[in-house]
Amino acid sequence: MSVLVGSETRLICQGFTGKTGTFHSQGAIEYGTTMVGGVHPRKAGETHLELPVFGTVADAREATGCNASVIYVPPPFAAGAILEAVDAGVELVVAITEGIPVLDMVRVMERVRGSDTCLIGPNCPGIITPGECKIGIMPGYIHQPGRVGVVSRSGTLTYEAVWQLTCLGIGQSTCVGIGGDPVNGTSFVDCLRAFEDDPDTDAVVMIGEIGGTAEEQAADFVQSEMSKPVVGFVAGATAPPGKRMGHAGAIISGGKGTAPEKIAALEAAGVRVSRSPSGIGVAMEESLREAGLLEICQV
Amino acid sequence: MKIHEYQAKELFRAAGLAVPEGRFCSTIDEAVAAYEELGTELCVVKAQIHAGGRGKAGGVKLVRSAEEARDAAEAILGATLVTHQTGPGGQTVRRLWVEEGSAIASEYYIGIVVDRETQLPVMMASREGGMEIEKVAAETPELILKASFTPADGISEEDAARLASGIGIPDELVEDAVEFLTGLARLFCELDCSLAEINPLATTEEGRVIALDAKINFDSSGLFRHEELAALRDFDEEDSKEVEADRFDLNYIALDGSIGCMVNGAGLAMASMDVIELHGGSPANFLDVGGGATKENVTAAFRILLSDEKVKAVLVNIFGGIMKCDVIAAGIVAAVQEVELGVPLVVRLEGTNVKAGRQILADSGLPIATASSLDEAAAMACAAIGVGGAA
Repeated sequence: MSVLVGSETRLICQGFTGKTGTFHSQGAIEYGTTMVGGVHPRKAGETHLELPVFGTVADAREATGCNASVIYVPPPFAAGAILEAVDAGVELVVAITEGIPVLDMVRVMERVRGSDTCLIGPNCPGIITPGECKIGIMPGYIHQPGRVGVVSRSGTLTYEAVWQLTCLGIGQSTCVGIGGDPVNGTSFVDCLRAFEDDPDTDAVVMIGEIGGTAEEQAADFVQSEMSKPVVGFVAGATAPPGKRMGHAGAIISGGKGTAPEKIAALEAAGVRVSRSPSGIGVAMEESLREAGLLEICQV
Repeated sequence: MKIHEYQAKELFRAAGLAVPEGRFCSTIDEAVAAYEELGTELCVVKAQIHAGGRGKAGGVKLVRSAEEARDAAEAILGATLVTHQTGPGGQTVRRLWVEEGSAIASEYYIGIVVDRETQLPVMMASREGGMEIEKVAAETPELILKASFTPADGISEEDAARLASGIGIPDELVEDAVEFLTGLARLFCELDCSLAEINPLATTEEGRVIALDAKINFDSSGLFRHEELAALRDFDEEDSKEVEADRFDLNYIALDGSIGCMVNGAGLAMASMDVIELHGGSPANFLDVGGGATKENVTAAFRILLSDEKVKAVLVNIFGGIMKCDVIAAGIVAAVQEVELGVPLVVRLEGTNVKAGRQILADSGLPIATASSLDEAAAMACAAIGVGGAA
């Protein structure tokens, strides 16, 4: 078992035939993800990577029964691609694209909120249930199947944390990158709730960063609803205010969204926050040991 | 992307939003000529820099004669203004905006941003015009009225009227204010702004509703659909290293420390800065080389890092995912051979093809210290410049 994706996931790719879509679809297939096709508006009927290409997501869904779509479409067309997948009723949409205009995402989220679709991203590495299903651009081999969930606003920093866990023999149930944009789909709280409800997840790593109040909301949720241990890290303690640190959402504005505020909120909620990004794995090991869970979480 | 007040006011005027008549000037003589041309006794000479808080720093002066206009322009042009938004180094004034003075009755604050929680644009209005809005938000949040709106519909006339009346705009001017606020909301969405702020918006003795200041930031991701806006970018206001980095698709932000950083991924780049500080050092910059760095990018990144004379050591931290460690290692070796590396270099590679990557570094014969974890890398970089031992 896992969260959001697993062996039952049937994936299509929007932006399938482009360079990025092709490269990462190959990676997904090699990892063992059940890919069932792709979409390109002008290449319907063709075959790519030995899979059928459809003209629309609706056609792909009807023909393949896909329940997930990953989007590598360039920024000017990405919002339209997400909405097409939402309108086709695809249950899970993972938008990898970086650089979608914020107001496009505002329009997208107006529709997503009233739908049955779960949107992950944009500007994220994707989601992986180790050993079962990899959707996105993360390197598969750093992961190991197990019982710790990971949720993060970052890409490579997530790899860093996952790799620390794997090196300590602590496997992962599912790792979700929710993305670094100010307006995005699935939130920390959504993921924490899913991990709390998942019988095969015993603890959670959450990696936040400066900007916004998503970490504070997560802290409230942990405080009131979570029974499982949570380990955290917040990137950007040394970031100056008013500067956008790479991610569109990583900016301290008006004195709000600083790392110390977020760390304080998380710690007050009982989250074990590692001050060093190098200490995330060890912090989880200690939390699992204290909770008497290390034995079943470590291999 | 930030633009100047005078540019924002031109966009306002084009959108039918009232702004004072004014002239853009880059010399003292132009400022004097502007005063005479405007023809009102009272004028305002305003420094044009990409930062707020200019008034307190002496960058805004009221003048009542050509002579005073000359004195004000002399004092402001070329001066370095230090405000709460410029950083300690301040910002040199290269441009002026001279505009007609207004007979102000009252001043208000109006701002629009995208609210992350509601995931909608939100207009904020306050009767505390001229104040720092951050201060108002912290001390008297009840004085800030808010209304969310969708890009498709814009702000409703009812909401605009509620805000206008709520902040105390006189009844007879509410209709004008509503027109202004709905127009501002439309402009925000049409131009893909990330911030539109008027502080202050004024009502005048003559009964006008007029923007005495104007600040607009654009969402960089939306610029592809507004080619005309790219021309508004003022490279003089940006750090030259940041501009250079931009040309190579590098995400670079200059900081004040002494350890140069080169990292792939924004979160890991921030985390690398943090861990340097935990070890007692201080980062000279944020630099994300992105997911698809090439030899050219890496070389450019080194050149930019080393052009900062504060840099006494360089830390490279790469977690190869899509990016392969051997490719990065070859890029580092080539870059180090090309640029003159006069400071210690610590490289931490992890991820895809890491063994091949470390081998390339070892075989290069170059003075590159390698670390196997982020912690170790930061400790080594700090030790190389004689700080640390903290973490």
